[in-house]
Amino acid sequence: MNLFELLKAVAPELIVTAGAFLVLLVDLAFMRGHEIKRRLAVSGGVACLACLAAIVWISQSSGTANLPMLSLTPLTQLIKQVLIGLTIFTIIVSLNAKFTTHVGEYFAILLLAAVGLMLLVSSENLLMIFVALELVSLSLYALSAFNKASLASAEAALKYFFFGGMSAAFTLFGISLIYGLTGHTELGAIAAAMKAQSVEPVFYVALVMTLIGFAFKIAAAPLHLWVPDTYYAAPTPIAAFIASGSKVGCFFVLARILIQGFESNHGSAAWQQFVSGWMPVIAVLALASMLLGNIAAIAQTSVKRILAYSAIAQAGYALLALFAHEQRAMASLLYFVITYAITVLGSLAVVSIVENSGSRDRLTDFAGLSRRAPVLSGCMLIFILSLAGIPPLAGFFGKFYVFTSAAGAAKDLGMLWLVIAAVGASAISLYYYLQILKQIYVADAPVSPTAIQTPVFAGIGIVVLAAAVVVLGCAPDLLLDKILAAINSVG
Amino acid sequence: MLAWTIYISFLGAAALVFLPRENARLIRWVSLVIALAGLLCGVAAICQYQTNGSSGVVEILNIPWIKDLGISFYLAADGISLTLVLLTGIAAVCGVLFSWNIEHRVKEFFAFYFALIGGVYGVFLSFDLFLLFVFYEIAIVPKYFLIAIWGSKRREYGAMKLAIYSFVGSAMVLIGIIAAYIVSGSSSFNLLELASYPFSETFQAWAFPLVFIGFAILAGLWPFHTWAPMGHSAAPTAASMLLAGVVMKLGAYGALRVAMTLFPLGLERWHNEIALLAVIGIVYGATVALIQRDFKFVIGYSSVSHMGFVLLGLMTLTQIGLSGAVLQMFSHGIIAGLLFGVVGRMVYERAHTRDLDELQPMNLSKALPFAAVTFVIASAASMGLPGFSGFVAELQVLIGAWQTFPGLTIIAAAGIVIGAAFMLRALIKAFFAENEPGKTQPAGGLHFEAISIPERVGAVVLLTTTVAIGLWPKLLLDLINPALNSPLMQPLWKGAAL
Amino acid sequence: MNSFPFLTTLTLIPLIGGVIVACLNPERKQFARRLAIVFSLAALAFAVALWFSFKADGGLQFVERAAWIPSLGIEYFLAADGLSLLMVLLAAIIIPFAMLSSAKIDKNPKLYFSLFLFLEAGLFGTFTALNFFHWFLFWELSLIPAFFLIKVWGGKERTRAAYQFFIYTMVGSVAMLLSFLAIHAATGTWDFIALAEIAGKGELKSALFAKLGGTFFESEQTLAMFIFVGVFLGFAVKVPLIPFHTWLPAAYAEAPTGTSMVLTGAMSKMGVYGFIRILLPIFPEQMREVLTPLLILAVATIVFSAFAALAQKDLKRMAAYSSINHLGYCLLGIFAAAQITGVGTDSATEKSAALSGVMLQMFNHGLTASALFCFIGLIEQRSGGLRGIDDFGGLRKVAPAFCGLLGITLFASLGLPGLNGFIGEFLIFKGTFPLVPWAAAISTVGLLVTAVLLLTILQRVFTGPLRKEWSGWTDLTSRERLTIAPVIALMFILGIFPQIVIGVINPTVLNLIKQLSL
Repeated sequence: MNLFELLKAVAPELIVTAGAFLVLLVDLAFMRGHEIKRRLAVSGGVACLACLAAIVWISQSSGTANLPMLSLTPLTQLIKQVLIGLTIFTIIVSLNAKFTTHVGEYFAILLLAAVGLMLLVSSENLLMIFVALELVSLSLYALSAFNKASLASAEAALKYFFFGGMSAAFTLFGISLIYGLTGHTELGAIAAAMKAQSVEPVFYVALVMTLIGFAFKIAAAPLHLWVPDTYYAAPTPIAAFIASGSKVGCFFVLARILIQGFESNHGSAAWQQFVSGWMPVIAVLALASMLLGNIAAIAQTSVKRILAYSAIAQAGYALLALFAHEQRAMASLLYFVITYAITVLGSLAVVSIVENSGSRDRLTDFAGLSRRAPVLSGCMLIFILSLAGIPPLAGFFGKFYVFTSAAGAAKDLGMLWLVIAAVGASAISLYYYLQILKQIYVADAPVSPTAIQTPVFAGIGIVVLAAAVVVLGCAPDLLLDKILAAINSVG
Repeated sequence: MLAWTIYISFLGAAALVFLPRENARLIRWVSLVIALAGLLCGVAAICQYQTNGSSGVVEILNIPWIKDLGISFYLAADGISLTLVLLTGIAAVCGVLFSWNIEHRVKEFFAFYFALIGGVYGVFLSFDLFLLFVFYEIAIVPKYFLIAIWGSKRREYGAMKLAIYSFVGSAMVLIGIIAAYIVSGSSSFNLLELASYPFSETFQAWAFPLVFIGFAILAGLWPFHTWAPMGHSAAPTAASMLLAGVVMKLGAYGALRVAMTLFPLGLERWHNEIALLAVIGIVYGATVALIQRDFKFVIGYSSVSHMGFVLLGLMTLTQIGLSGAVLQMFSHGIIAGLLFGVVGRMVYERAHTRDLDELQPMNLSKALPFAAVTFVIASAASMGLPGFSGFVAELQVLIGAWQTFPGLTIIAAAGIVIGAAFMLRALIKAFFAENEPGKTQPAGGLHFEAISIPERVGAVVLLTTTVAIGLWPKLLLDLINPALNSPLMQPLWKGAAL
Repeated sequence: MNSFPFLTTLTLIPLIGGVIVACLNPERKQFARRLAIVFSLAALAFAVALWFSFKADGGLQFVERAAWIPSLGIEYFLAADGLSLLMVLLAAIIIPFAMLSSAKIDKNPKLYFSLFLFLEAGLFGTFTALNFFHWFLFWELSLIPAFFLIKVWGGKERTRAAYQFFIYTMVGSVAMLLSFLAIHAATGTWDFIALAEIAGKGELKSALFAKLGGTFFESEQTLAMFIFVGVFLGFAVKVPLIPFHTWLPAAYAEAPTGTSMVLTGAMSKMGVYGFIRILLPIFPEQMREVLTPLLILAVATIVFSAFAALAQKDLKRMAAYSSINHLGYCLLGIFAAAQITGVGTDSATEKSAALSGVMLQMFNHGLTASALFCFIGLIEQRSGGLRGIDDFGGLRKVAPAFCGLLGITLFASLGLPGLNGFIGEFLIFKGTFPLVPWAAAISTVGLLVTAVLLLTILQRVFTGPLRKEWSGWTDLTSRERLTIAPVIALMFILGIFPQIVIGVINPTVLNLIKQLSL
């Protein structure tokens, strides 16, 4: 292997990393004396440019490479593009942040988190996956504590950090067990080794341990305790990034580990013949997430907390995709997660704008928003309805696709019960989503409402996201064809 | 042509958003034009359909949509769809006319209104289950907003109740659709293809009630009807007209088009039980309407009762019963629209009360003679007196029911009598009550704003329709009956599935 | 068949008139009334013309037949035989008579008179339609004008009376509708003539059972009986037959004079007409099965209503109960004619006598009863709302013409020979005695009591000492005399020349008998 090939393979990551340093440099060297707003604009601009460059590079490159620690396929390239895209929108939303004066650091760490995610999705080696995961995690811990003026932000970051650290330790332990069982850290090799030997009980320990770290990341119950607090107290753009970028990356890796690494691990007769060994674990996670997320969300009065609990519930739906047949599983999962990421990013961006206009994120702060900011409200309507799964928005088809795929996974509709639970749970969810919309459209505005100032770029970004939600909902094939083509090319 | 009904409504909703908020007059006229354009498309398509001598399902548009799941954008129509498209068109136009006086956020009102209408047209014309479901769900959200923003008493509660009920119903439908798709080999959501797949009897035995009840919740099937009176009475006039007039038909249509055509064996298995529920609904709705004080609740419960006839007709497994059910859908749509128009618009917005005991001393027949005459005719139609569309429909339903469940038929007929009683009670109390000595009118009598031209036009259109169909039902029966004769419907007849 | 649509035109005259009158300027009260009367007289003229152009040969005439709702087998089928024509004529006479007696209506007269015209259209339609759908249309729609006439222009208890009237009739109608739906489900036809033929061949029962039988109805007998009871109920409420009569006294008493006249004079005949036109030909078997109970009902109607009338203090209620009583004779005659009588047609004469009597009685009662109500209305008008039998006395002294004409009406009503009432009742009893002696015998009690009743009225109101407050009682004005005179004249004419009517109805009666003996 020559170094050039390696450099070429990781060029996008390098570009983004370079961008991170450039942001630091620019901010430190030239922008010190300027007002925050300008510094945000310049640093954000540089960061965006770096991301755009990475996207362009990826779309120009051939896309496949097989290196010891990295494996690039059209699929990973697609995911990377999505991740970078989400990062760009996060940056745009952050452009008029008020929570920090450390502008350069903020964008630099954000870009580093993005690099972590990109590495995460391009690896098929458990060790590499772990390292990348840690890079993402550490960046996000720091980012969520970025609002130094807020005690809650610090507390949330600390919670995030403690839970994250613990679950990472579990994952590491699980990986070590797997290595002990099979002697490999490569997913393909693990699968081959496991095919050769019988399933031992210790494998289940290893499986559960490994999953814990990812379940934490994707905000699945019962490892969800950090989610509401972090979403609530972390800077809103960061909450948006955790909910979108981080989730897409982690879901992809989780699916990869389960489908590629553990595929051969067929379960015992006790758990219906046809389901792989890890399925019961996932089923429990999914069920717990859907029920807990949806029920707890009903009682919330903060929009961010509602979105946090809904994130837990949505993670539950997404887990359902894993039951489907191989190709369907990946396709439906990716479609669901990507559209979800777009939606949640957009909705938190709207929340962020409302917050920046001087109010908070309580439901009542949104009262009468439709008359104060009609366009913003229209976008929020689209995002929330998409989360609720109302057609013709992307969230609807995402759910539909996942449910259909999951229901078809086992013969004789064996998994239908889980789909029924999911559909039922999503029927409940309409209630709290409508609570948000009720405030925006139905409730009367307060007597002296705060004016909502929508920054130009954030406004454009939100409209673009909303348009994407509508377009992807009306014509899912635009995205789905790409995903399916990428998956098929992997074979 | 027919597909334009959908496009016009959605494009119209979008176009309204861009009109200037202040110019309510312009918005109203544009809305009227949109509604009329939809109606004209529907009427033109029906004429075309009949001059072409078509009878079965006629394809309008079929393009692949989501290839991975075999979903296509498949619009088609048969006589049943066309009947209901016509109903939707008429109800939409009259709804706009009865909403002429809305001043509060008028632009948004009509935008939501046409989003709802577009969804409704879409459901009636979709022959791909996924597409049908998409339109079905699209209709839920505008309903919520129409009630929650522009409604009256307890509007937020009523709106939420309606939204949750609809959503739960559609969740049931979704599960059934997914299950049917997978069992049939996961290749297509095309209704015609799925209908020809022989689902096993055990599968149908649970899938049928699931999907049927999922749809029938929206049709006001007892005991899942409680959203209806609440929602109807909380809604603004145009929305109640659409809710009772058209949205309830979505439920019944879905139950017929999806649940029954897909699962004839399930129908055979469950028709007695569901017919029982339908008849309970007829009698219960009428009885409860008899003791309501709120005028709109009377009409709301009467809708439950009348929709019971639709469901009963569907369960008869006879062609005449089914034909009656479809005609009843149309007829109830028109009559309920008229009743809500009178109660919600003409009376409530002038008297500012719907309490029958408070209306009593007003003796509205003097103050609002036009409303009184309209209501008299509408209530005669609602009672199922001959000469109005409801009679022909109920007649067919009952003929069908006689052949399948004689016992229930008799009870259902008792519902008609109670129906006459409560309409008469409401009529007397609201319009023809005398001033009792204690409760004198304010000096100089009551002066209400005169009934406006749009209201008159709307009322006359609806009245004409119900009388025209009552005296000349052939107009619609010629559309409905060939559709029922098509091979798609054959398995529904009694004994055919065995 | 392609001839001029006479019967449709007949129905359309009042219908169009009603619409025109309803659209008039509400201020022009007299004009509305006059125009309405013109329309009703036009209808009368048309009906009379039809009467004279009718050829009494037993067949249906003025037939109009066209497909209407083919998929349901519904036809537009109008035709008239003697019975229909008689009833049409009666309605055409009663309506202008009632309108002329309603001169004092001051509250929204244009609506009042247009409702009358609608009611007339409903009556014409009912009496000429031969397809159930078509017939039921008019049968039910005539309810609405009647309801409003009572509700809006009635007396103190009008709301309750109107409500009761409507709901009772509705119950009956729905029961009947239900039965006809079952019949249609079984036979596929709505046509009264065709149904009578099917029933005559004895196929109705089995057809019904084949289609509707099963777990719910276990035998042909019960099913057919059930269907019969439904139809029976519809007519029994309308006539009314005891114990379905409770709506009637209140409705007649509360209705304004003109409406009471139409209710008793024409609308009650719809029920009797139904018995003859529909029940008798289509369900002869079932009627025979429960003949004794039916006869008991008829007899009870006659006797109880007579006694009930006697117990009343209110003149209008008295007249109402006596009206029930008179229609009881009609039913007695019909039920007697339904009876099976050995082999052959040996009792055909009795049956034809009974049925002819019934038809005559229908017509006569229409005239007499409406005249009676007209007089009571006049009394009420003069007394300022009083109409108790004890409120008056000695009026003969101040109002001899009033007394004389009312006397004639009362005697016509109790069946004095020479007046119209006699011949009908006589024929009914003549036919009924040989057929069901016991029923006829008990019914004579009713005759007796009615006689007492009517004479009591005459005595209490017109004889005895004149009360002070009525000393200013005005006799009939010339206008009132003119209104009543034609009817009184008809009473005499029919009393003396009953063959005018009998000649027309006789072929119809014979047809009926032929059907029954099949």
